[in-house]
Amino acid sequence: MSDPLLKVRNLKIGATVYPPGEKPHDIEIVHGVDFDLAPGKVLGLIGESGAGKSTIGLASMAYGRGGVEITGGEVWVNGRDILKSGIRDVRSLRGGEVTYVSQSAAASFNPAKKIMDQVIEAAVEHGKFTKAQAEDRARALFAKLGLPDPDNIGKRYPHQVSGGQLQRCMTALALCPEPDLVVFDEPTTALDVTTQIDVLKAIKEAIRDTGVAALYITHDLAVVAQVSDDIMVLRMGDMVEYGPTDQIINAPQEEYTKALVSVRSIRHEEKQPSATPVLTAKKITARYKGTNFDVLHDVSVELHPGQTLAVVGESGSGKSTLARVITGLLPPSHGKIDFAGRSLSDALAGRSREDLRELQMIYQMADVAMNPRQTVGTIIGRPLEFYFGLKGAEKRARVVELLDKIEMGDGFIDRYPAELSGGQKQRVCIARALAAKPKLIICDEVTSALDPLVADGILKLLLDLQKVEDVAYLFITHDLATVRAIADSIAVMYQGKVVRYGPKSQVLSPPFDDYTDLLLSSVPEMKLGWLEEVIAHRKMESAGN
Amino acid sequence: MKNIPISAMIGLFFTGLYFAAAILAPLIAPYGMAEVVGDVWEPASSEHLLGTDNIGRDLLSRMIYGGRTTIFIATVATALSFITGSVFGLLAAVLGGWADQAMSRFVDLIMSIPSLIFALVVLSVMPVTIPVLILVMGLLDSTRVYRLARAVAVDINVMDYVEAAKLRGEGRGWVIFREILPNALSPLVAEMGLRFIFMVLFVSTLSFLGLGVQPPAADWGGIVKENKEGIVYGIGAALWPAVAIATLAISVNLVADWILNRTTSLKGGRG
Amino acid sequence: MHPILKLVAQRLALSFLLLLAASALIFAGTIILPGDVAQSILGQSATPEALANLREELGLNEPALSRYFSWLGNALQGDLGTALTNGRDIAESVGYRLKNTLFLAFWAAVVSVPLAIGLGLLAVRFRNRWPDKLISGVTLASISIPEFLIGYLLMYFVSVKLGWFPSVAMINDTMTLGQKLQAIALPVTVLTLVVLAHMMRMTRAAILNVMQSAYIETAELKGLSGLQVIYRHAFPNAIAPIVNVVMLNLAYLVVGVVVIEVVFVYPGMGQYLVDHVSKRDVPVVQACGLIFAAVYIGLNMVADIVSILANPRLRHPK
Repeated sequence: MSDPLLKVRNLKIGATVYPPGEKPHDIEIVHGVDFDLAPGKVLGLIGESGAGKSTIGLASMAYGRGGVEITGGEVWVNGRDILKSGIRDVRSLRGGEVTYVSQSAAASFNPAKKIMDQVIEAAVEHGKFTKAQAEDRARALFAKLGLPDPDNIGKRYPHQVSGGQLQRCMTALALCPEPDLVVFDEPTTALDVTTQIDVLKAIKEAIRDTGVAALYITHDLAVVAQVSDDIMVLRMGDMVEYGPTDQIINAPQEEYTKALVSVRSIRHEEKQPSATPVLTAKKITARYKGTNFDVLHDVSVELHPGQTLAVVGESGSGKSTLARVITGLLPPSHGKIDFAGRSLSDALAGRSREDLRELQMIYQMADVAMNPRQTVGTIIGRPLEFYFGLKGAEKRARVVELLDKIEMGDGFIDRYPAELSGGQKQRVCIARALAAKPKLIICDEVTSALDPLVADGILKLLLDLQKVEDVAYLFITHDLATVRAIADSIAVMYQGKVVRYGPKSQVLSPPFDDYTDLLLSSVPEMKLGWLEEVIAHRKMESAGN
Repeated sequence: MKNIPISAMIGLFFTGLYFAAAILAPLIAPYGMAEVVGDVWEPASSEHLLGTDNIGRDLLSRMIYGGRTTIFIATVATALSFITGSVFGLLAAVLGGWADQAMSRFVDLIMSIPSLIFALVVLSVMPVTIPVLILVMGLLDSTRVYRLARAVAVDINVMDYVEAAKLRGEGRGWVIFREILPNALSPLVAEMGLRFIFMVLFVSTLSFLGLGVQPPAADWGGIVKENKEGIVYGIGAALWPAVAIATLAISVNLVADWILNRTTSLKGGRG
Repeated sequence: MHPILKLVAQRLALSFLLLLAASALIFAGTIILPGDVAQSILGQSATPEALANLREELGLNEPALSRYFSWLGNALQGDLGTALTNGRDIAESVGYRLKNTLFLAFWAAVVSVPLAIGLGLLAVRFRNRWPDKLISGVTLASISIPEFLIGYLLMYFVSVKLGWFPSVAMINDTMTLGQKLQAIALPVTVLTLVVLAHMMRMTRAAILNVMQSAYIETAELKGLSGLQVIYRHAFPNAIAPIVNVVMLNLAYLVVGVVVIEVVFVYPGMGQYLVDHVSKRDVPVVQACGLIFAAVYIGLNMVADIVSILANPRLRHPK
């Protein structure tokens, strides 16, 4: 085996934290990590938020973001310890030998400069190419990465191209100086699934064709399994497991890795629809004030008591707008909503207190869905007081009961939201919705801001509660794995329309319409070679047409 | 309350000292406010700790009474500015629509003229009395409080927890007083310190220009005006109010800074 | 039409509208008040004949609206009326004094703008170290002291104790530029100190805001040196906020001038205004108020237009 390109030994990284009400102090966020990366190989770094994976990635460029500082260990690149190198040497390393692709290309491109100037800057600066050579190389990379009009896209400004395209431009920026190593930091996380697969493919082919080595950082094991040779699983700044991709995916040794691999494997038996639906939306058309196009067009769905309707679609599909229409926040321009056997007023102001009580909502971002100045007891207690007039000990007893239901104890009753973890916050929001004894809860992307294992816990809780409370869920999500886990029926939305609708078994079985096929086949699966299969499948189909 | 930084402690101490002196002025001032007790511009002595002023009044006594006037006017004007500005600002944010438009455009208009110039224009025809001063200063300054209150409340009003309250069916009163106000209070209180300083500077400036507190009553700006001729002869009597205004302003500033920092850390700080 | 031209045109139109509304406000501020302007000018002891004469002279017997329009119409043609106190043509007196005020403000800007930007950059370069802390400490002190006190402090120490510069800033047309500059050295210093702190602090904030962007991290990770990062990536994005800061502070300077002129007995607009406010010379006050408002609105407009022009999203639409 050749000498490793990157050799990391006992890497320790510290950061300064600013906890509320306390003096700022230093903590260690990475506690001694070792790994090797051979030339041309790809190592996946995977973990939940706070695992230290991005921090380790940037350490391979001797860079600490914000208050982050490398406190110990060695990072060898091309045979020298870069933590002991002078600033000149580090500068020639950054952007020359090692380059970086960030999660948000939109923020990482300078808005005031043309794309081409930014893509070739490092290559020219480090004397690898002349300006003309670098521009030729950039255009070739644009073409290789599948960007439209590769000869001219560099003349545009960053805001003039789409998010998926910009992410590919960022990859071109990283590959342009012919580096030995590229650090990919969650490069597809901010993209829709159907865009993600194209970018992923482009990145994978670019890595293969240029023979560059890569550190691929992500929280999504299914994604990293497609591109990496080895995987390192990280948790809270410690290495959990490190091995070849095949072994990590198919034969994980550690409990934590097993949990990550088997995440979203909740099985849910589809229920049969009853005679009368609890919610019927008929031919809903809606637009936002001051705009001139319909965000929702002729949308009709039904939801039966105690069941879950998953509304699935990508950003801009209109799925969240549907939730706003049903809650009354956005009166539709056409259409009608029936709820619990009665007709609902279009506008919030026209609805009775009973309507409001029986239709509750849970939000994506639990931390802004709760008033930071109210305690958990106040937050859960308010609907009890407001709808049922409960007071004092009676109210408190009911709050404790609800806290039990969400698997949190009465010890949380006097805590403030800031003192809770992400999963706990979402649980409190669930309890607040349940407190109203609703017939229907609208869940708007309730798990998408959470780490996979925490999200799994929330989904299980929602399913359990549904059995006990007999409540229906309108579940809005972009994540098909979530849909599989909890839905009884599914509505697939695309550009404001429902393109496919029916019981889960039927919607997820062929024959598919084009969009549903694209959407379903774009969701990464936890197996090796999935990406190649999909690409081959798509090539065959397009050849057939 | 344990971790008060040293700068905030100093700020609190001096702010308290000045307010105490203002309240207790008749008790602690060695001489009467308008009492002529010596020669013109006597140097500091054991009888007159800061010397005497341009017509032989005890400067220390005048400073104490002057501080009383300055602090009183600034406090009342700040309260007026605050109540007017934040009530209308919160209302604009919650009501939205044309009410918000009308109020906001009117405030834009008032703010398009520098407040000192506008105050001068109004004071050119109004009788210059303390209530008029307070009214003019307070109302002109309330435009700034309005902008802040509205901006803060608009930010809070689009938060999911406010939407959740509206979906629950809560009335406007609950939304304003229980959801928005508790979260808007801290930035507003911190701003109050800055507004107070601005009022002290404003009333001092007006008095210095001869358009504020009228003689024989004194305030710090007026004392500067009375004693400014002395400067040319090397007599520093006019500089004492400078020290007073600057130390008061800096102290309040230190306290306001501390409150602001404390609030941001409540939101989770930078971590 | 290019969308950016449309935005600029809108902003220009808005400024004119604002100025028009401000003129109405200034006019209204001097008439819609309790009591009678003539009475408050002449005082309680005035005879009925004198009051009637003054009302006639001020045109108070006509309806307010027609008075406003004739005032505005005349002002637009450069006729600002005559002063009540000495019967002189206001436009003539204002012209001379406006020139002096702009002379003072110009030199204050020439000194303070480069100084503030330089120090702001210095504060960013040494962020959270002693130069930054010193700068923010001085800033805190200087926003806590009223302009006139900075003026007297300087006058006391530099002019009276050290005798370097004259304590009053008298200038006239027979003086050479050098003599004039020496005469205004102290007021320029005070004005500089007054706006410096604000401008520095806002420049620092504007640059820091840019420096914390993700694209600056991208530039650092390209291995560029600190200067290259600032020059190539921070500067193009910081220029608009800095110009904005400068314009807002120049507007602030215009107000500061009023007080400083009184301190140094400088024959400019500010002193003219303050004098006539105490004499309750309403036409002069209205004219000066209008001019100050116009300058203030104009500078704010320039600040906004620069922001529009510098925004790449607007300059290069999709």
